[in-house]
Amino acid sequence: MTWYPLDTGIVLVGALSAVACALLGNFLVLKRISMMGDALSHAVLPGLAIAFLLTGSRGSLTMFIGAAVAGVLTAAISQWVSELGQVEESASLGVVFTALFALGLILIVRGADAVDLDPGCVLYGSLELVPLESWNVAGFPLPRAAAPLAVACVLNLGFLLLFYKELKVSTFDPALAKTLGIPARLLHYVLMTLIAVTTVAAFESVGSILVIAMLIVPPATAHLLTDRLPVMLLLSVVLAMAAAVLGHVAAITVPTWFGYADTSTAGMMAVVAGLLFGLAVLAAPRYGLARRVAQQFAVTLRIAREDALGLLYRIEETQAGVSAAAVPRLLREALGGSSLLNHWALRSLRRAGHITRADAEYRLTDAGRATARTLIRAHRLWESYLTKHLALRPDQVHAPAHRIEHFTTGAMREALAGDVEPATQDPHGRSIPDEPSAGEASAVQ
Amino acid sequence: MIDTHAATDVTSTDTPAVSRGGLPLDRVPLAVHDLTVAYYRKPVLWDVDFEAPEGKLIAIVGPNGAGKSTLIKAALDLVPRTSGRVLFYGKPYRRQRQLIGYVPQRESVDWDFPVTALDVVVMGRYGQVGWCRPVGRQHREAARAALEHVGMGDFAGRQISQLSGGQQQRVFLARALAQDARLYFMDEPFAGVDAATEKAIVRILHELRSGGRTVIAVHHDLQTVPEYFDHVLLVNLRVVAAGPTASTFTSENLQKTFGGRLTLLDQAAHALASRR
Repeated sequence: MTWYPLDTGIVLVGALSAVACALLGNFLVLKRISMMGDALSHAVLPGLAIAFLLTGSRGSLTMFIGAAVAGVLTAAISQWVSELGQVEESASLGVVFTALFALGLILIVRGADAVDLDPGCVLYGSLELVPLESWNVAGFPLPRAAAPLAVACVLNLGFLLLFYKELKVSTFDPALAKTLGIPARLLHYVLMTLIAVTTVAAFESVGSILVIAMLIVPPATAHLLTDRLPVMLLLSVVLAMAAAVLGHVAAITVPTWFGYADTSTAGMMAVVAGLLFGLAVLAAPRYGLARRVAQQFAVTLRIAREDALGLLYRIEETQAGVSAAAVPRLLREALGGSSLLNHWALRSLRRAGHITRADAEYRLTDAGRATARTLIRAHRLWESYLTKHLALRPDQVHAPAHRIEHFTTGAMREALAGDVEPATQDPHGRSIPDEPSAGEASAVQ
Repeated sequence: MIDTHAATDVTSTDTPAVSRGGLPLDRVPLAVHDLTVAYYRKPVLWDVDFEAPEGKLIAIVGPNGAGKSTLIKAALDLVPRTSGRVLFYGKPYRRQRQLIGYVPQRESVDWDFPVTALDVVVMGRYGQVGWCRPVGRQHREAARAALEHVGMGDFAGRQISQLSGGQQQRVFLARALAQDARLYFMDEPFAGVDAATEKAIVRILHELRSGGRTVIAVHHDLQTVPEYFDHVLLVNLRVVAAGPTASTFTSENLQKTFGGRLTLLDQAAHALASRR
């Protein structure tokens, strides 16, 4: 990979668009109106067209005013449609933005034939072309496209910082905000206007797909990773920048591995943002899949270990010598579970010093025996309890007791022992072991 | 929204400063006169007249859909009024905002929102902080004190989705306390809370009353109305009865409120609504 100043320019413009969008997108995600980003970015089109038809100019200011008006109108009209028509908010949004987008297309085709509307350009923008129009700043080619985006970034950041607490309360609890004298609705419309304007600023360089992606994906990712609002805002910015840098790097390297020329940076940025979101889904500290799977596995492994201890305890009780090689088979037959899991359970018990392997036999250590005893005690107490209170036959009580024994605390064993009669023998006539003494129990820890 | 009914609001500025009960109006926390609210032409509150006595705990009681929450929301300008006027201590709401605290229903907000319990309570102080200014130390401390007061001091840094329903309700209550208002509106503060929270809320209601505050709460549990509240307002579209609990909370009035049969007045209201 070769990196030119040109690449820096592309990344800069990409990052500025991504950050400008992500800043505001946080509030779309938190208001649960993420689709509003999609809607606004499309619905600005008639605004742009009308502004162009009225003034005959494609200047930035005209375009921004047209976009701002269209943005406010989209937000307002969709609100009216949902309130007056009594339809769901996302449905009214769907109606309003497609209608406005279509209107924009008709206007452009009818009234401005001269304007070249390239579908590819609308979707992906022309990020690779932005260095063509550059200022020379101390030898570095600074793309002109960066200027409006930088302004958008500053504007959005200023809005967020200045009205941070007003935005926070009117997003979380609009009713409270109103009773405090904070005009939640006005803030909402200002937010929509800024999104519309940002959308237009970013549109030409990065295209509509990236605008929508950057409005929603970095904030949604950040939301998965934290439960503090300031951290979420900061993370969304970092993620947006990361998507820009990694996206461009991926765009100029990945295709070459397969013998192609480089691909669209804007497209790659959206892909990278999506991948980062996927990573967050897997690895997020609290909501992440990986953590939930790990927790589940920890429980499964604990149960397998306890089952192995219980089996060895019963073998010891009957004084039958069982070879170590037979233990995994017995475990599988008696208790189910995969051989791999049982193998892991035995190994981790040996490591923890609960069992030893000598003379081709597994033996319980004192610590292992103490743990096994509490387990067997819980099991047999439950069997007695189920026989006594639910009037189950002795052959019906083993299976439920076998499940619940793994989740029985010391206090529960004590209560059970106080309840069943006798507390020394289970319904099958086997003796219920005593609670391990304090000394033995501490060996377990 | 306010201006639409300003035309009928002739007395809001030059009121004869006496209530119908003969009290000076600035001593009446809430005076509702001829209040009607309609959604899509269907009336949900019809011609409500009510004056809340100062320093009392007042329950709004009525069947589902009787307009209890709507009464509060219409008083606070959260839903538009079709007609009628509402005065707080003799003045319209927009001039008395600082004196009024509101505890919405717990389900009305998104508890996955990335804020801590303390953040939520601090929001109660935003009205006093002022626009565009950061929340000062004294406000943060007032919020922390309010949290301690409802027994939630240890949970200040907890993200709000990790609190139980009762704890969330107490956070809402702490937020209202942090507002330090003279009149509180609470929308079902006892809904779905545990016994400990219920006790805490009752204790706080009593403290507010001894501090001379007025509390108006939507309440669902008829059993506890006489125990918790001094005054009661029975509503079912119209005001059925209002007054001290002892004389108003009678089985006859409850029958009228919850009886379900349309009275002549209701029929007239429906007929009028369908003609408009």
